[in-house]
Formats: sequence, C-alpha cells, structure tokens
Amino acid sequence: MSTATPISRVNDFVVRFANVNGSGSASANEMFARAVMRMGIPVAPRNIFPSNIQGLPTWYEVRISEADHLGARGGTDLMVAMNPQTFDKDIASIEPGGTLFYDSTKPLPASKFRQDISVVGVPLTAICNREYTDPRQRQLFKNIVYIGALCALIEMDVTVVEQLIGEQYKGKDKLIAPNIKALHIGRDYALLNLECPLSLRLKKCDKVGNRILIEGNNAAALGAVYGGATVCAWYPITPSSSVADSFTRHCAKFRVDPDTQKAKYAIVQAEDELASIGMVIGAGWNGARAFTATSGPGISLMQEFIGLSYFAEIPAVIFDVQRAGPSTGMPTRTQQCDIISCAYASHGDTKHVLLFPEDPTESFEFGAQAFDLADRLQTTIFVMLDLDIGMNHHLSQPFVWDDSRAYDRGKVMTAEELEAGKEFGRYLDVDGDGIPYRTYPGTHPTKGSFFTRGTSRDRYARYTEEAGPYVDNMQRLVRKFDTAKDLVPRPLQANAAKPTKYGVLYFGSTAPPMNEAIHMIEARGHSLDRMRIRAFPFHSSVNSFVADHDFVFVVEQNRDAQMRSLIVNECGIDPVRLVPILHYDGTPITARFIAKTIGDHLEALKVKPQKVNS
Amino acid sequence: MTYLAKPKFQHPDLPKNELGYTHRDYEGSVSTLCAGCGHDSITASIIQACFELSIEPHRVAKISGIGCSSKTPTYFLGNSHGFNSVHGRMPSVLTGANLANRDLIYLGVSGDGDSASIGFGQFAHALRRGVNMTYIVENNGVYGLTKGQFSATADRGSKSKRGVTNTDNSIDLAAMALQLGASFVARSFSGDKQQLVPIIRAAIAHEGAAFIDIISPCVAFNNHAGSTKSFDFVREHNESVNRLDFISSRMPIEVQYEPGTVEIVEQHDGSRLALRKLQADYDVHDRTAAQGFLQQHAAKGQIVTGLLYMDKTPSDLHAHLHTVDVPLNVLDAKDLCPGQATLDKVNASLR
Repeated sequence: MSTATPISRVNDFVVRFANVNGSGSASANEMFARAVMRMGIPVAPRNIFPSNIQGLPTWYEVRISEADHLGARGGTDLMVAMNPQTFDKDIASIEPGGTLFYDSTKPLPASKFRQDISVVGVPLTAICNREYTDPRQRQLFKNIVYIGALCALIEMDVTVVEQLIGEQYKGKDKLIAPNIKALHIGRDYALLNLECPLSLRLKKCDKVGNRILIEGNNAAALGAVYGGATVCAWYPITPSSSVADSFTRHCAKFRVDPDTQKAKYAIVQAEDELASIGMVIGAGWNGARAFTATSGPGISLMQEFIGLSYFAEIPAVIFDVQRAGPSTGMPTRTQQCDIISCAYASHGDTKHVLLFPEDPTESFEFGAQAFDLADRLQTTIFVMLDLDIGMNHHLSQPFVWDDSRAYDRGKVMTAEELEAGKEFGRYLDVDGDGIPYRTYPGTHPTKGSFFTRGTSRDRYARYTEEAGPYVDNMQRLVRKFDTAKDLVPRPLQANAAKPTKYGVLYFGSTAPPMNEAIHMIEARGHSLDRMRIRAFPFHSSVNSFVADHDFVFVVEQNRDAQMRSLIVNECGIDPVRLVPILHYDGTPITARFIAKTIGDHLEALKVKPQKVNS
Repeated sequence: MTYLAKPKFQHPDLPKNELGYTHRDYEGSVSTLCAGCGHDSITASIIQACFELSIEPHRVAKISGIGCSSKTPTYFLGNSHGFNSVHGRMPSVLTGANLANRDLIYLGVSGDGDSASIGFGQFAHALRRGVNMTYIVENNGVYGLTKGQFSATADRGSKSKRGVTNTDNSIDLAAMALQLGASFVARSFSGDKQQLVPIIRAAIAHEGAAFIDIISPCVAFNNHAGSTKSFDFVREHNESVNRLDFISSRMPIEVQYEPGTVEIVEQHDGSRLALRKLQADYDVHDRTAAQGFLQQHAAKGQIVTGLLYMDKTPSDLHAHLHTVDVPLNVLDAKDLCPGQATLDKVNASLR
C-alpha cells in the first residue's frame, strides 16, 4: 500500500507512456491524447524519442489540463511503464502519490516498486499471447489493450476511442473490429480485476472549443502552401524533415492543376544543405517563392549562401527547426540555440530577419508571411521553430486566411515600366527605405538586365572595389534592416495587474509555460510585466519595455543567453539590467522551472534591491 | 576585375540574324582576362553560337561560380541577367533558377576548380537530375586567380609552371558526365572554334542536361612544356571523333555529304545536326561505348574531342517533377492559395 496520499485530480495530471521505439506504440498513444481532446479537455502531448528507428527507449507524455496549461509541466502522475530497459528510472520519476501501470505478466519483487506510489498491474503479455498467435499482432494489440485498460482506470470515454479507431483505419476497414476488440479486452479486464476508477480521472468538459491538434512543422508547411511557395529544396535532417514531408503532402492535395494533373510546385531533395539553399536562392533570384527547412547543422553549412542572399539581396525563406547543439548535439532534443548563428549568419557584416512563432498557429501565419517579407525585403527570412513546436502536437487556434489577401511581391520593375523609361538601378534606393527595385531575368530585351554577384558593386550593379560605393551600399543595407523593424510581427505585451519594476522577455516555445508560470509567480506575491518577442530586428517597443523596468528577465532555452546577447548588442542596453533565465538540458522548459528560478531571483532582489547576481 | 563598358559604335553593314540582331548585341563588357586566354575564345564562341541561333539575348540566364571562367559571363550577352554565385555552387543556383522559370535558356559557366573540386558534388547531382541547361567547364587544369595551383583535372605526371609534378590522379569530367547520365556530352578545345561553335549550338538546342568540357589553356600558368593542357599539347594529342554542322530547322540541308560519312541527327526542338564522322565506328548514341572509347584513348595520352554522346529523346527535371507548363514564377495567389474554405476542412480534420 502507498505511504503517500494518492494524488487525487480530475482533468489535471500528467500521464507518461514509456515504450520501446518501433513497437507501434506511437499511434496508440496519439489516439489516447486525441481522445482526451475529444472529451473537451485541453491536452498537450509530447514525444520524447531517441535518434534511432528501432529498439531504444521512447516516451510519450500527455499533459491533461482543464485550466489550459499546455507547456510541459515536469513530473509524472501516471506512468504507463511498458519498457523494461527504463523501468527503474521510470518508477523513480513518478510524483509521490502517483500511480504506476505496468505489465504484470511476470511477477516483480516488491523491491522493484516504491512505497509512496500506487501500483496497477495488468498481465498484458499474457492476455495478448492468449488472444493472438501472430507475434506482430501480439505486440501491436498490446498497445491497444493498455489503452482499453486506461479507459476503465481514468474513465476515458470508450465510445470516443472507438470512433477514433474507426477514423484511423478508414479505408482499411478490416482492422477496425480487431482493434475495438483489443480495446474492450483491456477495458473488461480492468473493470473486472482492478479498482476503477483511480483517483486520477477524466471528466467531459468543453474547454477545447474549436481548437485543432497539429504539429508545428505541418502547420509551417501549410503556411508555405498558403504563402505561395512553389519551390522547396531540402535535405533530410531531424527535426525538420517533416516540414518538407508535409509540404509534399499538402501540395499533392492542393496544388495539382485539376485539368492537366500537373504540379504547381517543384520539390527537390537536394544532395546536401549547400545545394538546397543554393536552389532556393536560384529560384528566388528568378522570381519564384522558395524555401528550405533545416536544423542547426544545416544552418552552419548554409552560411556562405546566406551571406550571398544578404549582400546580393535575394529573397529566401529558411525554416530552422532548432535542436540541441553544438555539433551533432542531441538531434532529438529541443533548444532555442541558433539565435546568434542565424541573426548574424555568414562572414562579414550581416544581419538577418528572424521570426519566432510560439506554436503551430503562428508557425502557419509566420510561415506564410515569411514569403511576403522575403520578397519585400529581398533577403533571407528565418522562421525559427524548435523541436518542441515542430514535432509535437499542440492544441492550437484554428488556421485563418483572408481570401482577399494578395501576395506582396515587393519592388519588382516590370517590362512596361522599363519601356516607359523608368530609371532602373538594381541597388538604387529610390524610396529612402533602403529597398531597391529588382527585375526578374528575361523581363526586357534591352533594359533592366544586371549582373548579380556577391562582390561589391555600385548602385547600378557594376563591380567596384572603391570605398565610397562600398560604404554607400553597406549603409543602405542597414537602412533596409531598419525598415524591416516595422514590417515584422510586433512583440506582444501583457502587464501585471499592479505596477511593477520587473519584466520578463521570452519567445517561441517558452510561451505556454511562461503563461502558466506567471500565475505561479503571482501566487508567490510577485508582479511581472511580460513581453513576447516575435521577431528580429527588434521593434522599438522592446527598448521601451526594458527602459520601463529596473530589471528584465530574459527566458530562453540555450546555455549562453543568445537572445539576451542580441538584445544587449542591438538595443545598446546595460547587460546588468537583463537577467538570464536559462534552460538547456534538451527537454522543453517548464512552468515549474520558470516560476522557481524567477521567483528565487525576485526574492533575492527584495533583500538586495541594488544588486543582482545572474 | 573592373567594369569596362564597350563602345556602342557599330558598323552599319554588320550582318544581322533572323531577329535583326547583330553580333554586337550578344557581346558583353570588355574582358579583363589575360591576353591570349583560352576563355576569351570560348566567350567568342558562345557569342557566335547565340547569334547564329537567333536567341533573344534577354531570354538567356547565365550563371557561374567563382574563378577566371566564372568571370566570363560578364563578357558575353550583356542584355541577359547574370549570376556570379559562390564557389562550386553554380549547379544548385542554376537548378533553382530553372525550376522557377522553365522558359529561359540556362547557360552554366564553370571551371575545373569550380566543378571538379569544390563543386564536384553539385556538378554530379545537377547532371543526374537532368536539369535542362548547357553546362560549360572552361578547363585549364589550374587555379588561375590564385596563381597556378593544380586543379583536379590536371593529369598525373604533368608539371606545374614551377616544375612540380602532379602526383594525384585526374578527374575526367566528360567521362563523369557520361556515367552520371547527362543526355548530351561533348569535349572541345578553345582553340578550335570550327568544332566548338556548332557543339555549343547543339547543346543549347538540346532539351536536357548538356555538358561540354572545353580544354582552355591558361596562358599565364599552364601553357608550358610538361603541361597536358597547353595549346601545343592539346593540338598534338587531339583525337576528334566527329565534326558537327548545326542545321536550324528552318533551313534545308544544302551541303552534299559523302554517303556513309554523315549522320543527320534530329533534335527534340526540330533542329538537325549533321555529324561528320572522323572515327568510322564511333556511335554517338551509345553511352557505354563512349565511356570505353574515352578510357582507351585516355590511356594512350590522347584527348578525345567532339560530340561524345547524345540522347535523341532526352527528358528533363521539369518532366520528372511533372510541373505545369507555365513558369512557376508567374503563378499568383489565385493559382497557389487554396483559400479559407479549404482551410476550414483542414481545421475540421485536426479536431
């Protein structure tokens, strides 16, 4: 019997499935998460997986939160321990008063368990061996059997799961009945042999609304479709590959000419990242909207071309799905660690536009907007996702598109304008915003052609190594970057109920845990204004936010406080006023971590208001 | 490399092509390469070929990498857009440009350093994808701009200007192109305009990946005794398999050829090539035989030139990707954006 009081909660707990990868658990676990959503309860599933295809440990964490806290929480209330390799560690990670669910076919000694948790055993292997003869079926149905048992244990609506099975195997209808049978085998066993329900349970509610459950990579790819991307060149790399995969799938559905069955898109799997960005730049130069998707190591390889895009002023879009670095790092773990390598990518003086979506909804929106910005600014636009946003399903606001929206193709001089005698200088700043006009190749027989190069040139694209024209051009590029400040998504600010001297800056996937942490920090008696940065270059309101507070915390998921460095550098801020809050172990940052770290700092500030140790 | 505009003056009686353009309309700015550089002869041959083909100059996109050869696109087709990209990456930039607009003519200009060393991978992959282009390597066996280091096409045993012997094996880009599936492969010599101009014309008319390896001696760093890329060496060891006459589709064949010595090859665009055989049993449509022929002659120290291989029915990357007939860069929101109604369905499928 458990020595701790069992955790008793409705619609507010964390279930963690410990599996072996390649065992078919992923689809069963996803069905579990989706069933919670269908019951109207907000849910946040996260896949924790190795860089491997078969045989290594994998976990699937489902946070259930009627209060709508969708960031990772930390800790596990109900552990579904299906992997003998990680059994001991998994048990150790259960919260006191939590529950262990395990396969009790082979009896385990009491020493294997903890005194402060409840233990629920279902002889899954024995049941499956009895019911099925095919070894593959025994394995696959085991996943459904445990979902069935959980239906009884936490009062998950079994009809919802049946419906999901029907949807999942639509078209392979003969698989529906056996799966439903397996579901009921598990459920019946639990109802007959176990004390149901547990003190952790679900209850139907209506807190999901019209939200959708989708991965950020899939959403970003859909954004690229809506944003008018026609050329995608990419090289496989975790965790970004599903951007190109999803784009391929969406295009096959939405971009095939109904009359000719021909493709209104071109997707090339390149030989490496250098070739993929090269193709994107070639296509952008020639007037198509083009993108690539990659991760940190790919960004490193693309540096030279990114500098060319900056200096020769060619539109390009890069989706960077960040993973833990440096080097190969942890390919299947999340971080926000490419901020500096993207912001200042390539040799020489360069600066690049970065967009920071917080979730799939913004991945879609920024994914589409990036193409307008790339054409308008004639440069590379980075959409900075991370593994947590990109590869996990997130409960998100539904996608919206304004059908009257036209694409902004930027300053492109036409054959008619050239014919009418309009002056064309490729690098001439006619409007004072630093953005010159360009022409697409093949526009006019005698006017408007120019030579594109990465070498220095004058306003009419003629090669020069003279100091004056070089500086003139570099200054114009700075002006153009200033223009970008008002074109990119603005930061969003939310002030505390009471006036406060303290603020917090954060971005990207830190948003959901930050939203939760703010309540926890308030509960500790502190007030904190917050601002979510959504793009670089920083809007002037970032400067004023820092100026308006004595100290501002900068929360980010890397070791070296890269965003803080960027703010200090670009906004000319005294570094002492920006307190870094850093989480970089490869797991998504949690509300518990933020609340504790910031709370401790604020308490220290109360004691010594003149100094801060960071 | 300074920008030098050419004077606009031209003789009123200069011959005009079908579009009414003169030779001068296909020129670019004045070359800043060394006097006597083989690359300038190639530039002249490109100008000649484009003039003869009556191409609208602005419908060509000329793309290059980095190096002496990659500088040359400024010296021809001044009314075309050009793109001097980064070292060894011309093929990817050209591939992307081609995907964006299938209606232009793509001329990729590279060198042996650019294509056989730093860009060897991109060279290979652009050819195996069948990008519709004319890919020219101006091959001199040395790095000219950095003053005479060996390149990967320098033959083993050949000597640098400073007397150093090259101990590395060389890469034969034409042989590689054959192996990689290029649908048009030729080798020529910058000093043989008679052979080179028709080859360039045929390559431009070819609707697939056309590769031309042009031996182009470097007068500054690789034209000495002991070099296998010098004018003298190439002239002495040139083993030409055929000579081409390019016949545009509109012209009747006027020249009478000896029966059996000439093969008339119809190209996909309707133009025809009269192929005068210099090697009786050389079959220009047999890829495998061409590979063997190159190897046997290379072993004898001979440089095989001419049209080495041509696929009569080539296909290209756009055909493989099944893209629409109009250039992708003219499609707008109406063509590309599925709209809110579709998005509603997408949203519904995600609940």
